[in-house]
Amino acid sequence: MAEASVMPVFRAPGSSEPVIQLTAARKTYKTGSIEFEALRGIDLDINAGEYVAVVGPSGSGKSTVMNILGCLDTLTSGSYLLAGENVEDLDEIDLADVRNKRIGFVFQQFHLLPSLSAWRNVELPMVYAGVHRDERRRRAVAALERVGLGDRIDNKPGQLSGGQQQRVAVARALVTEPTMILADEPTGNLDSQSTEDVLALLDELHESGRTIVLITHETDVAQRSRRIVHVRDGQVTSDEPNTPTHLMGGHAA
Amino acid sequence: MNWMETARTSWSAIGSHKMRSALTVLGILIGIAAVILTVGLGLGTQKDVSSQISSLGSNLLIVSPGSSTSSTGVRGGFGTGSTLTEADATALSSKVNAPDIAGVDAEKSSSQELTAGSTNWTTTVVGVTPSYTSVRNRTLSEGTFITAKDQADEASVVVLGSETATELFGSTRVVGQSVTIDSQTFQVIGVLASSGSNSTSNLDDTALVPLSTMASNLVGGSQANSVSTVYLQAKSADALPAAYQEAKALLLNRHNIASADDADFTISSQDALVGAATSVYKTLTILLTGIAALSLLVGGIGVMNIMLVSVSERTREIGLRKALGAPPGAIRNQFLVEAGTLGLTGGIIGAALGIVAALVLPGVIGSSIEVSGLAIGLSLIVSIGIGIIFGVYPATRAARLAPIDALRTE
Repeated sequence: MAEASVMPVFRAPGSSEPVIQLTAARKTYKTGSIEFEALRGIDLDINAGEYVAVVGPSGSGKSTVMNILGCLDTLTSGSYLLAGENVEDLDEIDLADVRNKRIGFVFQQFHLLPSLSAWRNVELPMVYAGVHRDERRRRAVAALERVGLGDRIDNKPGQLSGGQQQRVAVARALVTEPTMILADEPTGNLDSQSTEDVLALLDELHESGRTIVLITHETDVAQRSRRIVHVRDGQVTSDEPNTPTHLMGGHAA
Repeated sequence: MNWMETARTSWSAIGSHKMRSALTVLGILIGIAAVILTVGLGLGTQKDVSSQISSLGSNLLIVSPGSSTSSTGVRGGFGTGSTLTEADATALSSKVNAPDIAGVDAEKSSSQELTAGSTNWTTTVVGVTPSYTSVRNRTLSEGTFITAKDQADEASVVVLGSETATELFGSTRVVGQSVTIDSQTFQVIGVLASSGSNSTSNLDDTALVPLSTMASNLVGGSQANSVSTVYLQAKSADALPAAYQEAKALLLNRHNIASADDADFTISSQDALVGAATSVYKTLTILLTGIAALSLLVGGIGVMNIMLVSVSERTREIGLRKALGAPPGAIRNQFLVEAGTLGLTGGIIGAALGIVAALVLPGVIGSSIEVSGLAIGLSLIVSIGIGIIFGVYPATRAARLAPIDALRTE
């Protein structure tokens, strides 16, 4: 049913047509009689293979950007095209399907299910995608190997360090081959060594051609991306390409 | 997400809260076991009662005198009056006038003191016809029964009930002994096999004499030719209504009564007795089952309570599953299957417990418990249904959670 509503988008390889197209995006929250404008007309295009950091202080609207981009929330006005599909027209069931197929989430709190082993956590999105059991196991193990946890597939989250847990979460985000990996403060709960591990992993994924959107308030973390979008008071204040410091020969924080 | 996956997810959720799940199951379990037991007890008692009533004999119609309306409008009650006679009984045994009646036993009873040596015992002495054993479905444990010759000779012979024999002689091996009834000596020719007591009389405490002897020597007077009860045995259960009509028409005709409303006798069937007795137990069973069903309802509310706790405890998990692409239906099904599984587990264990109790308890409380397959099947369906019905609200709540709010819950 969800597939039927997805308009096929044909694009020449290497075309720079955006996978994310946010146009005049507005979002107003209502709490009783009080209205709060979280987004005040944001335009943002992200092309396939880009590594973009959305940076802003708390209250800037970057969490709302993340919710909108992740199809966890819908716009009050404006439009959001994800891989050419207008997600504003979709109902809850189709949105779930879009999240499942298009987006790989990495959260600050990892959000792993404590009762499930690492590979069971990684297979979760494929369970909802209806992938066959054996195939799920094979792909989950491959994704864990990819993030360097091939020897921890049967460990439960409680038996893993914070950095390892976040790598499991990254594996889970990768496993469905999504259009975009959406990382919300992925290093917010990690020590500096684990932060470096996870950021290095994101670098690697970017180099292999993944589209990555990183939401953060830390400038050091944002410096790892190739494009930095500053958000303040619900508007984009700057949108510039970035050369990561470690590629300039300097030291990452 | 297919049902296998849903079931696996639900099972692991139940397994991760063993104590809580066990207590929830306990609520359903007690309800189901109580329903099975009360229904079983009710059915068992009804069966006991109807088997006691059919121990009177099979396919029986019971004709009692009375229920007559006198010219002054005074209506005599059931069992009063002396309107039935031996001649009526003889007429009823006619194969021409009453072809559906297979056997007739006229009885006349009176309470008398029996003496054997220095022991005496007061019991119901009944004058009976030789067809008593076949019509009333009784057998002898000792000796022989009253014969047609005894009846013709007004013989002074007696057949004792097993309890009466034991009271008088201390044993049932008493054939050949003598008993004194109303200063006349009777020879014991047989002892009835025990058949237990029914709700109105003790069938083992009785003394049977030929009806003719009873009429001339023990009661006599103006009551000599009247009988207290005539038992009619129909040819088969199917012939009961026809036998009833024949007996009624014949007796109305013999008593010169034009309208059935003025009949000076009452014919009742075993079915009517069974019906009256079982309706009491049915009411009792319905009442008890109602109470048991209430406890099942309380168990169901327990399921709902636990599922609500489970939903609020797992808000983050729900949010995550939704973010990863779980549609609302998959979340709802996950919780429904969880609730249904709790219900069904309670149902299975409860049914097993009920069956075990039904096997053990009758020895303790002395009434039989009839476990019906229908009750077990129904209670299993009800238990899973209760889980699902009381799971709908929590599951719907889970399915409606907005993923962003759910993910932010700490």
